[in-house]
Amino acid sequence: MKLDILAAMNAERAARRACVLVSDLDSGEQRLVVEAALGEDPLAPLLLAQLRSGKSGMVESGGRRLFLTVQAPPIRLVITGAVHISQAMVPMARQLGLDAVIIDPRTAFATPERFPNVRLVPEWPDEALPRIGLDRYTAFVALTHDPKIDDPALSAALRSDCFYIGALGSRKTHARRVERLTEAGFTPADIGRIHAPIGLSIGAVSPAEIALAILAEVVASLRQGDGA
Amino acid sequence: MFANEEDILKQAEKWKHEGREVAIATVVETWGSAPRPVGSHLVIDGEGNFLGSVSGGCVEGAVVTEALEVIDEGSPRMLEFGVADETAWKVGLSCGGRIRVYLEPLD
Repeated sequence: MKLDILAAMNAERAARRACVLVSDLDSGEQRLVVEAALGEDPLAPLLLAQLRSGKSGMVESGGRRLFLTVQAPPIRLVITGAVHISQAMVPMARQLGLDAVIIDPRTAFATPERFPNVRLVPEWPDEALPRIGLDRYTAFVALTHDPKIDDPALSAALRSDCFYIGALGSRKTHARRVERLTEAGFTPADIGRIHAPIGLSIGAVSPAEIALAILAEVVASLRQGDGA
Repeated sequence: MFANEEDILKQAEKWKHEGREVAIATVVETWGSAPRPVGSHLVIDGEGNFLGSVSGGCVEGAVVTEALEVIDEGSPRMLEFGVADETAWKVGLSCGGRIRVYLEPLD
């Protein structure tokens, strides 16, 4: 491998952009296809399918054995609400390889004692989110029920390419949320991106069960959806 | 903390910038029960220092030895390990799987 290819792969990863390294195992030739160039590549269907699987693998093309090294950014889970459900969600997310960030301006909730070993941002979402950045490798989950906190974050998520957006709340709570987002100028198609009621329907009762239902839905969107 | 794939490739770049010789091993195919998934990396420097893994520790020693040759010769090679291998009792996968590892110099 050429050093400049390796350096480019490391730079793409640091910038949270996907790339695929194409290695011809017979000739030793290698080239790096960055995310923006994937669609126009002669091998586009192969590369995109491999990227969607999230795994590296061997393919055949024109009688050549090619190894595709897939490098997709780590999936991030951005949560508003340093609440009981998020406490249960953090260790599960870690097991799933999701990089969790918790945002909650209520400093009584967002304490390191309640949330050890996770990135905790005790700020308003409008301040925190532009810095954190929401991209197509990010799932966003609103868990506060509080429109003051959840709504600005949901608006930011709807304006982004997040592969998953979910918001906690009863049907009634969500109906009111839909009204507010509509007034804010979002279309029914935009608002339809929000998973609400949030989580797979498994009859979840406890905070941990709800966390499980939400994360299962996130994984389903990641692996089966048209997202990342 | 365990090194993830990310740290491993960053380390390879860092080693090279420090003037060390480096080889990169990648698991390209697996059959049966294999301990590390396709795409896993092991990086090796010219002194035999290594980071990452291509198996559960079963064949890393052999990969490191071959890596030093690859660094010397400057060309890549394909390695295969498994119970079907003649050297199974010396170097093989006790899990019964088989893996193919692409080993290349970083230049």
